[in-house]
Amino acid sequence: MLAWTIYLSFIGAVAVTFTPGKSPVVARLTALLTTIAGLGIAIAAVAHDRSGQMITIVKAPWMPRLGIEYHLAADGISLVLVLLTGIAAVAGVLFSWNIERRVKDFFALYLLLIGAVYGVFLSFDLFLLFVFYELAIIPKYFLIAIWGSTRREYAAMKLVLYSFAGSALVLAGMVAAYVVSGERTLSLDALAHFPFSTHFQMWAFPLVFVGFAVLAGMWPFHTWAPTGHAAAPTAASMLLAGVVMKLGAYGCLRVAMMLFPRGLDPWGFRVLGFGSWQEVFAALAVIGIVYGASIALVQKDLKFVVGYSSVSHMGFVLLGLMTLNQIGLSGAVYQMFSHGIIAGLLFAVVGRMVYDRTHTRDLGDLSRMPLARLIPFAAVTFVLAFMASIGLPGFSGFIAELEVLIGSWRAFPWMAWIAGLGILIGIAFSWRALQATFFGEPTTTPDQVVAPITLPERLGACLLLASTIVLGLYPRVLMNLILPSLNGPLFEHLRRGDWR
Amino acid sequence: MTGSGYFALLRLTEPEIMVALTGLLVLVLDLSLLRRTSLAMRFRGAVIASSIGCAVALGALERLPAQGSWPAGMLVVNPLTQLVQAALLVLAILILLLVDSARFTTHVGEYCALMLFATTAMMLLVSTQNLLVIFITIEFLSLSLYILTAFDKQSRQSAEAGLKYFLFGGMSAGILLFGMSLLYGISGSLSLGEVATAVNRSPGDPLLTLAVVMVVTGFGFKIAAAPFHMWAPEVYQGAPTWSATLVASSSKVASFFALFVFFYAGLMGAAGSAARGNYSVGWAPLIAIVAVVSMLWGNLAAIAQTSFRRVLAYSAIGHAGYMLIALVAHSRQSFVSLVYYVITYALATVGAFGVLAALEEEKLDSIADFQGLSKRAPDLSFCLLIFLLSLAGIPPLAGFFGKFYVFVSALEDHSGLLWLVLLALGMSVVSFYYYLKVLKQAYVSEPATGAAAIRVRATTRIALWVTAALVVLLGCFPDLLLDRIATALH
Repeated sequence: MLAWTIYLSFIGAVAVTFTPGKSPVVARLTALLTTIAGLGIAIAAVAHDRSGQMITIVKAPWMPRLGIEYHLAADGISLVLVLLTGIAAVAGVLFSWNIERRVKDFFALYLLLIGAVYGVFLSFDLFLLFVFYELAIIPKYFLIAIWGSTRREYAAMKLVLYSFAGSALVLAGMVAAYVVSGERTLSLDALAHFPFSTHFQMWAFPLVFVGFAVLAGMWPFHTWAPTGHAAAPTAASMLLAGVVMKLGAYGCLRVAMMLFPRGLDPWGFRVLGFGSWQEVFAALAVIGIVYGASIALVQKDLKFVVGYSSVSHMGFVLLGLMTLNQIGLSGAVYQMFSHGIIAGLLFAVVGRMVYDRTHTRDLGDLSRMPLARLIPFAAVTFVLAFMASIGLPGFSGFIAELEVLIGSWRAFPWMAWIAGLGILIGIAFSWRALQATFFGEPTTTPDQVVAPITLPERLGACLLLASTIVLGLYPRVLMNLILPSLNGPLFEHLRRGDWR
Repeated sequence: MTGSGYFALLRLTEPEIMVALTGLLVLVLDLSLLRRTSLAMRFRGAVIASSIGCAVALGALERLPAQGSWPAGMLVVNPLTQLVQAALLVLAILILLLVDSARFTTHVGEYCALMLFATTAMMLLVSTQNLLVIFITIEFLSLSLYILTAFDKQSRQSAEAGLKYFLFGGMSAGILLFGMSLLYGISGSLSLGEVATAVNRSPGDPLLTLAVVMVVTGFGFKIAAAPFHMWAPEVYQGAPTWSATLVASSSKVASFFALFVFFYAGLMGAAGSAARGNYSVGWAPLIAIVAVVSMLWGNLAAIAQTSFRRVLAYSAIGHAGYMLIALVAHSRQSFVSLVYYVITYALATVGAFGVLAALEEEKLDSIADFQGLSKRAPDLSFCLLIFLLSLAGIPPLAGFFGKFYVFVSALEDHSGLLWLVLLALGMSVVSFYYYLKVLKQAYVSEPATGAAAIRVRATTRIALWVTAALVVLLGCFPDLLLDRIATALH
């Protein structure tokens, strides 16, 4: 059943292309129905599966000569991210209701991207995962290059070249794992239990981890993210920050850490104070947290503020992954979900509600407009979104970042301090952005009018807000899926002495 | 079937004979029946006749005995050669269907006949393991291709390309022949099998080293590997589109196959190793150097090109580098991966050139000319998307699996070749950039004002869709082809 999220999205992409007539309404509705169906399936699956263990959906030989299988399956972590994709996909369609140019192409590429993302989260054969992962690159390029804004062609090319370079590293690791194991299999399940030599894991792990982390926005490979987010059309920024960056983080966990857990062991010597890849990547994650927040603090373009805040928040995901304890890892997965929703919301307000109406994202210009009075709905949404983003209790971001902080406190106490500093800077830049956008000192004439907030926008914002609040108040819905997966047999070798 | 009677020879070369006879028939047909009809009609008639000839030869290939040979390795027929010959015939049919859109010459019969003769030469080239026959068939092939390149008498570029091709080709043929003569001197035989025995007896012979260098140079020219690639950009750009298609696709298939067989069957004893930590002198390190230079130069130089044809030429040099990795590994499995790679590569190249052929009246050359193609010819640009992404190695297209399998097979036997594989992966990222630049023009840029929709001929459309379907199909289900190659190799 869950596999139909993928198939439906691809079918939807084809259907949109062949919708009759010039009217954009049919194309939009087709896309909306497709994504709603996907979300429905995802919700049904989450409601149905309470175990969090790996459940195979389809498993058939695909390329028997090489032992490659068409293996779709889901464990708790996949389910969480599939649910995220479902929500983000519906919201994205609602927030791109005003796209008028090449509507069919837009939604076809959009659905193609969604289908590929579902595919990555549900693949349990590395080859299949990689196919979907690469398949997601092409639509991203065209979505940004055709419908984007600021320096779109540059940003699109930069984004796909970064992604492609990252996936080249992943491919190298994949080929190496295939050859070294000699088992003629790329099944994640089998490889997770294969005893790769520590020496091999020591170099395969960073290769694959960095390959995926490029897409997760790890400093210093994050530079594609702000430019890409800023240039992309609203729905694409929502997906990029909300879902595509999670592809990277998911790959880090599912492939790099699950297959090569020994790569995180101490090297046995120290270089520049670092004694293992775990410490190196944790440090990079913390740098990302503080760096992203600091840069966001001085940006003039509202979208860049949100773009850099994504880098900062994704730093929490990576830091959580590197803690290697149960609370940190579950916090990282929760943060993937939470940030996916919140980043989607922020980009929706910035790109759709504000920019499409005012045609400026410059904080100085925005502060001279009486936006809070003109579009109060947007102001409320934005305030709530930033509250969620800085991790106030009651929103999903709180649970996630708290868990990551606790986890990192256990693993590397001083890094938790710096990450905490990052949160403070986060409050500062959120405050600055909010104030400038909605609570500035209007100088323009009070009779200025902007288009009112439309119904699709309201629906989309409500969907995202509801998700972050429900999961902030009742985290067990997802935690019950995440924890059993992390404690399941797939992550057996990742669990150490200090695993709690 | 082994025999020395001429009847047996005729029987074994039945497909080749059919293709050659079709060539003669097309000549006669064009001179007699089609003479008074319009140019379009003549092209159509010649194309139909030639395609039928190739299809019949394809049928004859099926009926051929599974094994057969002629003394001294002059003719070696086995399932693998038959498979490659079948691929060559399919490619020939696809290219001939594209020729239907050609209008540049009035010598229709000659043009089609030369294409068929070139195909005959390629078919013979893949089914021989004899130095002399290899040389003769390479010359036969090259002569046909020189003429095809220079066929557009109205175009200065075409003449220039033809001359350049001819001069470089003549030179490299001389070098190849010199190398072969040295091998003959060492072994006293023209058969690759005998050469292998002699090589195994004294792998360190200095004469052998010289011979290997000469042979690599000669073949390097045929496969357009750097630094023997100088002719390729000129020919790709200057030759009539359909001739360039043949040069870029099926002639590559035949040359790469012959190259691998030459080294695999004849010079295995002097292979050496290019693996890190396990280095030993032989031709494998030499080929590795050629591969590295080709990958670097082809991909980096392609970035700077403004002409689409030149981009394809430099990317072909880069692809030659990837394929040579399979030869550096020289295992049975890497042979399988090479055959898969080169066939799927040829398909994607036929497709990319086919799009150019369909746009022949637009006089496209620069990448900028592609702007807004997705509006003007949606299905053409979709096909172009598939072909270029396949060349760039994006799954689930055939080009991706080809690369994947070449890398896997290279590492499986020599894990020390990782450095070569990493370089290839890095370069494939670079290649993605220039392919995407073309696609950007087609999909992102708006058409120039006043640019009308483009009409595409039905035959061209069929050829392109079939090619695109094959690229997707073989990418999603590579076992369809891999199984055949692997069983044929046993």
